[in-house]
Amino acid sequence: MIAFDKVTKSYGTNIGIQDVTIRIDKGDFVFLVGPSGAGKSTFIKLILKEIDADKGSIKLNGMEITRISNREIPKLRRNTGIVFQDFRLLPKKTVFENVAFAMEIIHMSPRSIRRQVPQVLSLVGISSKASKYPHELSAGEQQRVAIARAIVNNPTVLIADEPTGNLDPDTAWEIMRLLEQINLRGTTILMVTHAKDIVDRMGKRVIAIDKGRIVRDDASGSYGAYEDERLKACVLAGGVFNDNVK
Amino acid sequence: MLNSWGYAVKQAFKQAFRNRAMSVASMFSITAMLLILGLFFILVVNINMVSETAKKQFDTIQVYLLDETPYEQAAGMLSELNQTEGIKEASYLSNEQAMASWRAKWGDNAYLLDGLENNPLPNSLLIKVTQLEAADAVVAKIKTFEGIEDIKYYKDTVDQLMKVTGLIQVGAMIVILFLVIVSVVVVSNTIKLTVLAREREISIMKYVGATNWFIRGPFLIEGILIGILSALISVGTISLVYNKITELIGQEIFVMLSTTMVPGAFLVIHLVWIFLALGVSIGACGSIISMRRFLDT
Repeated sequence: MIAFDKVTKSYGTNIGIQDVTIRIDKGDFVFLVGPSGAGKSTFIKLILKEIDADKGSIKLNGMEITRISNREIPKLRRNTGIVFQDFRLLPKKTVFENVAFAMEIIHMSPRSIRRQVPQVLSLVGISSKASKYPHELSAGEQQRVAIARAIVNNPTVLIADEPTGNLDPDTAWEIMRLLEQINLRGTTILMVTHAKDIVDRMGKRVIAIDKGRIVRDDASGSYGAYEDERLKACVLAGGVFNDNVK
Repeated sequence: MLNSWGYAVKQAFKQAFRNRAMSVASMFSITAMLLILGLFFILVVNINMVSETAKKQFDTIQVYLLDETPYEQAAGMLSELNQTEGIKEASYLSNEQAMASWRAKWGDNAYLLDGLENNPLPNSLLIKVTQLEAADAVVAKIKTFEGIEDIKYYKDTVDQLMKVTGLIQVGAMIVILFLVIVSVVVVSNTIKLTVLAREREISIMKYVGATNWFIRGPFLIEGILIGILSALISVGTISLVYNKITELIGQEIFVMLSTTMVPGAFLVIHLVWIFLALGVSIGACGSIISMRRFLDT
């Protein structure tokens, strides 16, 4: 469970997010959308406690994370899996080692590592590539490894920062189905994305951020609605619509 | 805890091997520093040896007695001197004994002494001091005795020698200190390059929830490992070169300074420990310093 209560974070004069109050329940699947610089990254960084909020309270699984010390950050992060657009696998470790690494960090025994890693690899569908290095894999396969690494320690929340950004449409859909499957196991998923078609077709909850504020929160929304609003706002302001979608 | 150190050691070996170009580069820079250090170390140790030998050779005060001084008076002096602090041994050397030792020293040429009608050598006292520094006090005391012709000792010469060797030692120490600092800087920069190359890896580790010590561990051990290897390489090189040098010029040194060079085996036994300690600390400091920036949260 993630709960923001009147959270504000600014960088000098630039606003990261302002007065954000939101609640994401356990088991939710949430899309976080918005133009570049809207505050999506700030939102995620706050959850990971990569940055500290200026004001407000942030609770993760009931724990007030604005008040924990730097020493406790590693423990916090073990409860949140994270997947990036650029996969961020360790290039000099094999697929198996990349996943095992996340378990070694929390001092799991070699035995349980040998038992659990193959299970997770088979869950994400890349059992056969366990001994390969990341550069020997396709982009989709690399993202699967990253997901395996993110979920191997059974985090309560999985944050996916544009996980399909570097993938072709078919592969992107495979990854989405995998995330949906992980969500069905009870893991909360918070996915930042610019992929309109994915958001529209999934029909999940959509939180739209712009200029640091939450502008929309639909239980079963679409990306399009948000784009229309922006277009309208731009036209009204006499500006030119600038598509930020990559 | 044990488990995680085991992990760190395993990772350190893997990292060092997979980043072998960087590992070798770090190793070269530490080895180079240690070799230069070794050079100065050898210099200092040998100078010490020379000055110690000199001290031993010149720890004797010779007191020449007037011819008319009777043996009884000399014996009185001896018994008084033997009770004085700072004196190891005081003995009487009659002119006959002195002549005999001259003859022994001259060996085959001793027949030249046969031409002397009577023994020109004086009776003397030989006084060995425990420490050369005490010689002045002893001499001052002897000067109060009667029946003495002359006192000979080499404190001034030795003092001069000590001054020079002391200067060289201080100079070498400064150079060594300077080199240690330089090598820490060089190594930390080299390791910083390897850390930089793995900056991404470190950020991933942090995202997955690794503690700072968990991240630092393998790098630290890698640094120590490189330090140990460099130490062994430099000790090996130095002992080879040093043994060759003693073989080549040891004889000349002996003739010139009447002292042997410090034996290679002795040197190596000490160098191994010094270099291991230095190599390990340079490697460890280097990796901790170079990682600091990346572990700030």
